[in-house]
Formats: sequence, structure tokens, C-alpha cells
Amino acid sequence: MKTIILRTASDFLLPVLLLFSVFILLRGHYLPGGGFIGGLVASIAFVLDAFANGLENTKKLLKLHPGFLMPFGLTLSVLAAISPIFFGGQPIMTGLWAEDPIPVIGSIGSALFFDIGVYLIVIGASLTIIFTISESA
Amino acid sequence: MSEQLIILPLLINLVLSIGLMFFWTNIKAQKVLSISGSFIAMLASIWVFIHVWENGIQTFQAGSWEAPFGITFVGDTLAATLVLLTGISAFAVSIFAAVSVIKARLRFGFFSVFHFLIMGLNGAFLTGDMFNLYVWFEIIIISSFVLISLGGEKNQLEGAVKYFTLNFLASMIFLTGLGVLYGLTGTLNMADLSQKIPLIQNQALVDVTAFLFLVGFGIKSAVFPLYFWLPASYHTPPSAVSAIFSGLLTKVGVYALIRVFTLIFVNDSFIEIMLQSLAILTIFSGGIGAIIQKNIRKLFSYLIICHIGFMIGGLGLFTEVAMAGVIFYLIHDIVVKTNLFLVSGLIYRLKSTTSLDRLGGIYKSYPKLSLLMAIPLFSLVGIPPLSGFWPKLSLLLAGFNEGNYWYFGAVIFGSLVTLIAIAHVWAKAFWEDGKDVKHSKKFIAFDQLRSYQKMQYVVPIVFLALVSLYIGFGAEHIQQVSTRIATEVLDKQTYFNAVFK
Repeated sequence: MKTIILRTASDFLLPVLLLFSVFILLRGHYLPGGGFIGGLVASIAFVLDAFANGLENTKKLLKLHPGFLMPFGLTLSVLAAISPIFFGGQPIMTGLWAEDPIPVIGSIGSALFFDIGVYLIVIGASLTIIFTISESA
Repeated sequence: MSEQLIILPLLINLVLSIGLMFFWTNIKAQKVLSISGSFIAMLASIWVFIHVWENGIQTFQAGSWEAPFGITFVGDTLAATLVLLTGISAFAVSIFAAVSVIKARLRFGFFSVFHFLIMGLNGAFLTGDMFNLYVWFEIIIISSFVLISLGGEKNQLEGAVKYFTLNFLASMIFLTGLGVLYGLTGTLNMADLSQKIPLIQNQALVDVTAFLFLVGFGIKSAVFPLYFWLPASYHTPPSAVSAIFSGLLTKVGVYALIRVFTLIFVNDSFIEIMLQSLAILTIFSGGIGAIIQKNIRKLFSYLIICHIGFMIGGLGLFTEVAMAGVIFYLIHDIVVKTNLFLVSGLIYRLKSTTSLDRLGGIYKSYPKLSLLMAIPLFSLVGIPPLSGFWPKLSLLLAGFNEGNYWYFGAVIFGSLVTLIAIAHVWAKAFWEDGKDVKHSKKFIAFDQLRSYQKMQYVVPIVFLALVSLYIGFGAEHIQQVSTRIATEVLDKQTYFNAVFK
């Protein structure tokens, strides 16, 4: 499906969708959003690119196989979950928050890193599934 | 601080599972990491057991959200014992898996999923929240489904579909029960539920909910009449996988039944009668199924069902003697059943078949290995002083004291059938003269293996055999543990006080 309209549109949409996915990821703690939805939006960006420019080009764009994102995301999430043990010996998964909020992003806590981990896992898993299906089709 | 270290075995397995993903293509590194990691996890679980034994019930609230709002992790003696047994079995199976599972399967992250499964088991034993228990069950199902279908052989997929469909159905029934329970009480914390359930006016609805849990966990632990998924699927994956399945997966169902029917739905005479009659039917159908099987792995699968009946019936009697018997049987069963499937894997490696019609002469050619394999086989039967004898004694005593002669008879019948089945296996496979077995050229027989590979086959079986010998000869200690667990689970006030301190 190589229409020029889709191809041109996807070139613009890819960065916009990726930016939007980061926005969704960051607003997620108190408002609708979060790592899971953000990850899905980001993987949609790459799927759209694969539709327009072909799977091979998208793979070149990604450089690494998306499956590699999964262990990294998992590591980040687990570290965020067990970090309270090392900071003050609180039970695991206790939310730790930095005292001063950072401009634009807001207050930073361990939940953010957990969500970034989820974000990476979702991108990795959904792209691996979709790429595998479209390769075998 | 030290209280939350009860989930250390769980965390070690989680970290292992993720760490192994980084070595996705390097199978040799995965094997080394998996075995050494399982060893560390086993040491951690021993530490957890000693800690709980000395300091009583350990609890902590994940995320610092107070109970009943947050997720509570509770390490009582029952949970700690099961975590310890999980650690022991997982260590043995990881050694066995490293040599017996073929490369084509290991390439797709076998060890990673294996440790994820062990993590799920640990979590299910340690959680104090009903919904969290459901989540751990899902983790167990998903990873066991990957393990059972990895490799993609035709009969394997057939077994996997049966396994998955019925376990999924069980999860759905469990979830429905959870929904009703939450609607009735407004909480899913087990300790909180134990106080709120008796206060509900509409006890008929409580009965129905209890029944939903009975059906859900009953399917998972392969209780009559919905047990047929077990013999249809457990003989299809590699022996290492079926070892961990038979040792631990059905026992999680039994654990959940014990937990729910001693803590939440207590003194429910309808459920008790139901448990007892289901137990008798389970023992009967599993035993009859075992006698007619020709394949030893299928035969062992039916024996699993038969022996699940022993435990369910003991739970139904609901006295302290019976509970101690159930716990003792659970401890004995996990070790022995894991070992039995490892033995069947070794037999396959020796003779390239597990069919009784074609086996024979193992004793003649491998006398030492045969003696080793005799230990788990006869421990299962319960020839005194081996490990199966003592818990059956408690169960029989409890059945007799309660005047429940049906259950009494069923336990005797079950033991007799087990004896017949195992004697049949012993006579056919070990004593009878061997037939010439032709195996395909690709098959690597035991004698052609390198010596360290032979060790990897034998060491886990020796290790588990030693554990079951200890359970048999050190029965006094195990009885002490079981009695303490029995008093603990029958006294729900202590559990409540430990969670809401």
C-alpha cells in the first residue's frame, strides 16, 4: 500500500505520535494515561510507518529488534519497584517522591520510572508481535 | 524491614527471569545462570522458612498501603513451608532441564519462563489478598502455557489446548466468585474476609460463593469430575516441565482450597460434605485410571489425581489430626511427584520409550540406578518407613476417629491401587527381561552421554530422593511442622491479628 499521501503523512505523523506518546506517559499518574497507553501510541507510530514505507524500512529506522526493549523495560520497572527497600527500608512498591518539583515535568517519583519501564515493555512486546505476524503473512 | 524479606525467593526468581532475557541467544550462560540462581533462591527459601519458624507469622503491606486497602503479603508457616518446597523442586528441575530439554526449546527462552513460573508459585503462596491470588494464578497459567506448548509438536499442542481451556475456565469461575465476594463484603483481604463473612445475613449466598471457589480451585487441582485435562496434557511436554507441573501446579490448587476453606468459608457443613464426597470419587477414579495405563507418564498422571483426593478429603474432615495429615501429605507429595517425573525422564533416556509394553530389563543393566529410582517409587506407595506411610497413617486415623468410614475405605483403596500400579511398573520395567529397543538415529542414549551430563541426570533425582528419605526417616520433625501448621490454619484469629497489628 504505497500511496504518496500516506507516505508523506506518516513522515509527519511519526514524530508527532512519538511526542504525543511521551506526553501521555508523563501525564499518567493522576490523569488518564500512563505507560501502557503511551507505549501503545508509540508502537502505533511505528506500525503506521511500516504500512506506508514497508516493514524493512521501519526495521532500519529502529536499528535494534524491538524485542530487546522488553528486558530493559522490565529491569527499569523492577528497580523502581524494589528501590524503597534501599531508600529507608520501606516495603516494596512504596511511592518515593522527590521533594522539589521539576519545571514542565512536575514532581518526580519512583512511579514515573516504573511507568517508563512499562512503556518500553509495551512498545517491545506489541512491535514484536506485529512484526512477526506481518513477516509470516 | 526484615519482614518484607519473606518475598526474597520471589524477587530472586523475578530478577533471574529478567536477567536470562539478556542472554537470549547464549544458551550455555542461561544454563549456568539458571542453576546457580535456583540454588541461591533455594538458600533464600530455607532462610525464609527458618525465619518464619522462629519468629511466627510475618506480614508486610506492599506499597505501605494499610490492610485491608493495600496488598498484604503473609508468610505463615504453611506458606513458608511451601515456598521452601518450591525452592527445592525448582533447584532439582533446573539441573535436570539443563541437560534433558533440547536446544530448539531452550532457544525460545525456556529458562526465563521457567523462573517466571516459579515466581508465580511463590507469589501465590505468600499473598494475603484474594485478588492478588488471582493475579498470581494468571501468571502461573500464562507461563505454564508457554512451557507446555514450547516446541510445538502435534500431541503437545493438543495437550496444551486442553490444559489451557479448562484452566482458563477455572480462572473465570474463580474471578466470578471474587466478584460476588467483593459485592457481599466490600473487601478482598483474606484476613478481613475471615472476620466479615460470618456476619453476613444471607448465608445461602455465601454458600454459593464458596461453591464457586470450590469448582474453580477444584478444576485447577484436578478434582473429580473435571480432572481429565491433567492426564491428557501432563505427559506431552518434556519431563522436566511435567515434573514441575505435577509437583507444584496442582498443589497450588490444593493450597488455595486449604487457605480458602480454613480462613474464609469455615464451618460450612455443605462444603465439608462436598469435599469429602469429591475426595472419595477422585481417589476412586484416579486409582482406576492408573491401573489400566500402559505409559508410565500417564500412569503417574492418574496417580496425581488419586492422591489429590487424599488431601481434599482430609481437608473436608476438618480436624486437627486430619489437617496435620493433609499438610504432611502435601510436603511428601510435592517432593515425590516431582521426582517421579524426573525418573520417567531418566527411563526415557535409558530406553527411548516410556511405554510399559516395550520397557524391561532396567534392573539387569543398571542395578544402581534402579535402586535409586526405587526410592521415589516406593516412597509414593508408602512402604514404612518411607515418606508416604506417615501422612496416610494420620489421614486414616482422622477418618476413623470421625467415623467417616467411606473416606477411611477410600484411602485404603487408594493406597492399594498405588501399590498395584507401582508394583506393575517395577515388575514390567525393571525386573522383566528386556526387549531389544530400536531407537532412531537421532536419539542419544544414556550410555553415550558425557559423564557430566550423566551427573546432571542423576544428581537431581538423588537430591530429591534424599529429601524424601529425610521426610520418611525424620518424620518426627515433619510431623512437628505439620502439627504446627494445622494449629495455625485452624486458628484464624492469629492470622487476623498478624495482618492487622
